[in-house]
Amino acid sequence: MSLNPPLLVAQTVLLLLLAPLVTGFIKKGKARLQNRRGAPVWQTYLDLHKFLRKDMVISEHASWVFSLAPYVEFLTALSAGLLVPMVTAQAPMGLFGGVLALVGLLALGRFFLALGGLDPGSAFGGMGSSREMTIAAIAEPAMMLAIFTLAIPAGSTSLSQIVLASQEPGWKFLDPSHALAFIGMFIVLLAETGRVPVDNPATHLELTMIHEAMLLEYSGRYLALIEWGASIKQLVLMTLLANIFFPIGLAAKTTMATFGLGLLYLMGKLALLAIAVVLVETTNAKLRLFRVPDLLGAAFMLSLLALVSTFLFR
Amino acid sequence: MSLCGYAVGALGGLLFMRREKLAAAFSFGVAAISALCGLLGALLFLGGGAAAPSWQGELLPPLIPYIQLGVRLDGLGAFFLLVVSLLGCAISIYSLDYVKGFFGRRNVGVLGAFFNALLLVTTLTVVANGIWLFLIAWELMALTGYCLVSFEYEKSETRRAGVLFFVMSHIDAACIILGFLLLFQASGDYSFDSLRGVGAKMSAGKRDAAFVLFMLGFGIKAGVVPMHIWLPEAHPVAPSNVSAIMSSVLIKIGIYGLARVCFDFLGPPVWWWGVTVLVAGTVSAVLGVLYALMEHDLKRLLAYHSIENIGIILMGLGAALEFLYFKHPLLAALSLVAGMYHTINHASFKGLLFLGAGAVVQSTHTRNMEEMGGLAKRMPDTAFYFLIGAVAISALPPLNGFISEWLTYQALLRGFGATESLWRLVFPLSGAMLALTGALAAVCFVKAFGITFLAQPRSDAARNAREAAPSMRVGMLVLTAACVLLAFFPTAVVRLLDPLTQQLTGEHISGQLSLGDGLVLASLSEKAGTVSTVGMVLMGVCLLPIPFVLWLVLGRKAKTRLGPTWDCGQRGLTPKMEYTATGFSKPIRMIFKALFRPRRDTQREYDFSPYFATTVRFESHIEEVFVQRFYRPLRILIVRVSRRIRALQAGGVHAYLLYIFITLLLLLIFAL
Repeated sequence: MSLNPPLLVAQTVLLLLLAPLVTGFIKKGKARLQNRRGAPVWQTYLDLHKFLRKDMVISEHASWVFSLAPYVEFLTALSAGLLVPMVTAQAPMGLFGGVLALVGLLALGRFFLALGGLDPGSAFGGMGSSREMTIAAIAEPAMMLAIFTLAIPAGSTSLSQIVLASQEPGWKFLDPSHALAFIGMFIVLLAETGRVPVDNPATHLELTMIHEAMLLEYSGRYLALIEWGASIKQLVLMTLLANIFFPIGLAAKTTMATFGLGLLYLMGKLALLAIAVVLVETTNAKLRLFRVPDLLGAAFMLSLLALVSTFLFR
Repeated sequence: MSLCGYAVGALGGLLFMRREKLAAAFSFGVAAISALCGLLGALLFLGGGAAAPSWQGELLPPLIPYIQLGVRLDGLGAFFLLVVSLLGCAISIYSLDYVKGFFGRRNVGVLGAFFNALLLVTTLTVVANGIWLFLIAWELMALTGYCLVSFEYEKSETRRAGVLFFVMSHIDAACIILGFLLLFQASGDYSFDSLRGVGAKMSAGKRDAAFVLFMLGFGIKAGVVPMHIWLPEAHPVAPSNVSAIMSSVLIKIGIYGLARVCFDFLGPPVWWWGVTVLVAGTVSAVLGVLYALMEHDLKRLLAYHSIENIGIILMGLGAALEFLYFKHPLLAALSLVAGMYHTINHASFKGLLFLGAGAVVQSTHTRNMEEMGGLAKRMPDTAFYFLIGAVAISALPPLNGFISEWLTYQALLRGFGATESLWRLVFPLSGAMLALTGALAAVCFVKAFGITFLAQPRSDAARNAREAAPSMRVGMLVLTAACVLLAFFPTAVVRLLDPLTQQLTGEHISGQLSLGDGLVLASLSEKAGTVSTVGMVLMGVCLLPIPFVLWLVLGRKAKTRLGPTWDCGQRGLTPKMEYTATGFSKPIRMIFKALFRPRRDTQREYDFSPYFATTVRFESHIEEVFVQRFYRPLRILIVRVSRRIRALQAGGVHAYLLYIFITLLLLLIFAL
């Protein structure tokens, strides 16, 4: 396993540029289903551009942790993205960590963001931090079990190896264990990216919000970093879901042609997944906070069943 | 050599009892130097590689027949010696200034003497090469531990905790003595050399009995759920340097004992041993962190986290036992490395966190987190060290907790493929619970760090807090450096563990675990998964310029100013409006309601409508389910039985003579 500089640069750029587009696409899709015209899909880029140019107000109660958090959030999301195979089967930085490192890096970003939420001393921030950490904590076992379902047959926690193993001919598309793990993982995706049954990304200043409550005191360039980081995280998780469960079209070698083809496949899979997210968001109401554990418990049970079925059907 | 040092330190402490400044400097200074000697000795031994000869000697000439006081250093002992010495060194440095807080109030010489004595007997426990020395050191450890816990004896809470610690220590000693008697019966000799692999000579029932006794005995010492109840009582009430040594080192001796007995003495394991240890570990980990989340006493919170981490260590040990049963020595070595790596990791970050908590408690005079806040501005260094410890204990990359949990995951994942039986589901389930534990630990440390160090101070004491004294900061710095080194050079640590795995499983695996000049840690092979903390940090550093370049291009004119936190248009935020520690963990308390059974009590006084209350009193209380369901009934039973037995001891000499006579008679009949 060696480092591949062009791939590394290409994937970094792809992560940075594609992430806002996915967020914009989901927003647009939701608007269309609500019979609205909606903002253009590139609105997120414009927002980021605006935030980057704005002045910043920092709370007088905040300490250095507050300023550290946006960097950590952004960098961990981006680094996590480099561990995932996006268009090629080989992740550019796969040597530095597999799926466990990916989960860990995202958790590190969340840890610091939650501290950043507590730092200005506002009750909103504390509430957001508390809820975000709680939900992430109960989502984690479900996510791990779903990952184990794939990692155990592959005999590896390296994402590239998992993808290669599922590209082998013995792999069945609708294996019960895969299907169950996919559903479990999809629920975790909704929770981790703050999507509707768990959190509402569209609300501001309401007692129902979770992720947004943490960010309330951030403005200007820090807000840009956090928003960008959050959309990169969403892209990373969606790519993970798309590529480890449907490893079609991932390029084995890096030539321009295979890269282009892989990119097309990736866009297609992401679009399908985004449409699924839009459908779930439009057809469901947000759950009460203390109903969320039931949903995540269901995800845990599905992942557990997935694991048991690997045991039964092999 | 370090043994003599501790002895001198202890004596010196007593000698200079009346001159406290000298006593403090002398006893803790000597302790630090002797710990450093121990550290170097252990490193030299372990660095010698798998072929390192074990060092052996007699402590005292055999004064009494049968009682041999031999000491011997082998892979396992040397590794624990490393842990003890590393922590001993850092905490002794910290104590130099820390004990100044006791000047004029307390006899610092006694504290220093007991501190040295504790380090001395702990060191003796891990190098003992015979039942006698081991048990003597073990008992002395409990005794000095008791004296240190009860140091601030005028508080009733402290006395209660001290007695509980003492009682539990004796139950564990009793179990261990019984276990060793069973082993002795088979070997006929007191030295550890004769006990090696003695399990093969014993009958199955006796081996199982010995395992259960040792599991109970060492489990109490290590604080395994449900034998943990003494731990969250005893650790917080001791002076903070003692809490640190107890939480990071003393409970590890339980792990040492378990590893020594299970891998070295009892021979090839039976299938349910590994499962028992694994399940006990998983339960301890999850319950430990859940109870930790409910605490708002900073030191009690840390004490519960010790239970959690002991659980994680036991997961590695249990998996190793199970792999030995499946005849996979290579995987057993991997699991053992995971468990032992977590042992030294937990020692370093828990020591660090307790030292940080000690600094905070000393400058705010409270252990209650609800009265802290804003300390990151007032104690920036302590805050930084505590944050490093918090990230490490939450198993977040790139720090050391992540590395050992990564290894544990690898071991558990391999477990699924190691056997065909249904029991293999235990491994991934433990893995999922490990994930839950890690995530909950992150919640808990966002709370612990956030409420203690961030936002506005919640009390005058916190507002007037001062940065810790220099030697305290140096002590914390040493452990911070240890955390970072343990995180960035995992392959070097794994190499130090080679003698240990060689001794206990017959495999040394450091070669298979390291890749790319030792900067990348692999899970036995490159294909099975790799991780590199140095790589992750490098990646972060390389990506760091991206936001700065964007600002240079776009946001050159943007300014930054300070302003008040958004207060919804009211007039100013007060610290009372901040989120509290209890509030922070409320969602968890609600989700796991069935386990916690919180008792709530709300009283309102109002004039005309309940919505306009004049005073509101709210009380919430959580009692541990084990205390409620098991220990309280047990205590009541013991008291009741004791009352009945009291009738026997009426005080009359005649009655006692009669008892002696009856006993003699019974013995004679029994002998015939």
